[in-house]
Amino acid sequence: MKYLHLIWAALFRRKTRTILTLVSIIAAFLLFGLLDAVRVSFAEAGQSANGAERLQTGSKLSFIQTLPMALQARMAAIDGVKDVAFVNWFGGAYQDPHNQVFTFAVSENYLDVYPEVSVDPGQRKAYSDDLNGILAGEVLVKKYGWKIGDKIPLQSQIFPNKEGSKNWSFTLRGIMKSKDDKAFQSQMIVLHWKNFDETTPYNRGQVGWYVSRVKDVNDADRVAKAIDALSANSDHETKTQTEQAATRNWIKQLADIGLIVTSIMGAVFFTLILLTGNTMMQAVRERTSELAVLKTIGFSNGSVLGMVLAESVMLLLLGGLIGLALVSIINASLPAMSGGMITNAAVGWKSWGLGIVLALAIGIVIGALPASRAMRLNIVDALAGR
Amino acid sequence: MSTLVEIRNVSKTYERGKQKVEVLHHIDLNIAQGDFLALMGPSGSGKTTLLNLIGGLDSPTQGQISVGGTRIDNLNQGALAKWRASNVGFIFQFYNLLPMLSAQKNVELPLLLTKLGAAQRKKNAAIALQLVGLAERAGHKPTELSGGQQQRVAIARAIVSDPTLLVCDEPTGDLDRQSAEDVLGLLQTLNRQHGKTIVMVTHDPKAAEYATHTLHLDKGALVEAAAHA
Repeated sequence: MKYLHLIWAALFRRKTRTILTLVSIIAAFLLFGLLDAVRVSFAEAGQSANGAERLQTGSKLSFIQTLPMALQARMAAIDGVKDVAFVNWFGGAYQDPHNQVFTFAVSENYLDVYPEVSVDPGQRKAYSDDLNGILAGEVLVKKYGWKIGDKIPLQSQIFPNKEGSKNWSFTLRGIMKSKDDKAFQSQMIVLHWKNFDETTPYNRGQVGWYVSRVKDVNDADRVAKAIDALSANSDHETKTQTEQAATRNWIKQLADIGLIVTSIMGAVFFTLILLTGNTMMQAVRERTSELAVLKTIGFSNGSVLGMVLAESVMLLLLGGLIGLALVSIINASLPAMSGGMITNAAVGWKSWGLGIVLALAIGIVIGALPASRAMRLNIVDALAGR
Repeated sequence: MSTLVEIRNVSKTYERGKQKVEVLHHIDLNIAQGDFLALMGPSGSGKTTLLNLIGGLDSPTQGQISVGGTRIDNLNQGALAKWRASNVGFIFQFYNLLPMLSAQKNVELPLLLTKLGAAQRKKNAAIALQLVGLAERAGHKPTELSGGQQQRVAIARAIVSDPTLLVCDEPTGDLDRQSAEDVLGLLQTLNRQHGKTIVMVTHDPKAAEYATHTLHLDKGALVEAAAHA
């Protein structure tokens, strides 16, 4: 601590250079924080306690392959199953094809398997009474300024209506609310499966996938096997897994987010090490005579080594902490700025911890060479300018 | 007067690539406590090398050096650094102040190696600056001071930890005549009134006149000694 002012002064000896280096470190840690939050968001998808007691049953062949509706009653009869709902992908776009809105045709008991989602009882009844009614997530409703009773035109990417047009029109009857704004249901629309099935010529009693709720989480594995056994050796064999596992698999099919994030960060930090390392080397080279003076006065080799290392670590820590603090601010304001459509996980203590460890490690790596040179500096040669 | 520095049969050889250059040959020298010694001689005569050996910045290839009864020629680097911190003050031709620190903080540097607290360090540095007549410039950075003032800050830094010995390498080499006389007067005061033993390398005969003794070196050997009034 006694040397802190000395280290700080050395760090800002050339202010412009240090600030530019600091900006590059902040940028690197900003990227780290944002990408890590994306990775965490994907990792946390479907990880709720309710998600653990839900099973998803889809075709074993492909997730676009449909299943017969008759399976619902047989699945419901399995011991340990509480509810069985079913879902079809609708895929809507609102006003413009670029405004994609996750829209699903769902069975009447769909909300029973998602107890974390609430709908006003009056609105739920209105929805049940209107075959052309829809429920929309709270975030969507806020984003587009919809009101109950509004006609909502949606364009399906795949399914035409009876007239052969992919433009459908629904009436907003209720709003789905969730404790967590990041919950999928706050950003999606559900319509009656019956309406969907009767309207589009493309679907005749077929179901995209089933969502069942088990009575006991510990019994999920047995129930999943029992469900799959129902269709074994048929033309519609199923694959049942927990919602968490299903989400993980779905994300894995999209991309290995962890690998992508790690690869990008590896490249960023490698470049940072080269750039900042070079800057530190130059900074120490310029201070050769000053370091020699410190050693002349009586500073030990170890003290000089420690001071140069501390300078490097302090630079990285400063940039890292500012970068991560900026990520926290950005992540907190993202939902408001994007009307709730973009959410990113907050920078948790694990990310802070990892960021600080990375800053320390990079600081040590960057400072090691200049610090060891400073330590080995020959006073007589350095004072003579050799 | 008792002897502070004893140099016995000291030689120093440098290796420059494959070549070995003997810079000092079998030097024998005693410097008394409270002496103000000027070392003169042409460039390459070994003045600075001898000064570096006396100040513990370098070790002899051969021979013995004792300062205040401590054999410094066989101390390792760590022990030498500790010894320098408490026994020697250094004054260089180009002042060698740290440009990012104020005069006060520059003077405080040697005290960072002591157990003194921040307040005491500040107090001692202020006293040292007052002694060299720069108390009012304590907050100024070196670039805001003239050459003479920077050298006086360097002198304050050299004396702040109250060393017995001051080694000065061309302390007036970069100063105008007036500033040089001020600095030399200050060194003389430190020698006469505060009892500091001073060894000063200089090319300037006028600077040497401030010393009590002058020694001449040529080609690595002592050639003559002169005493001043």
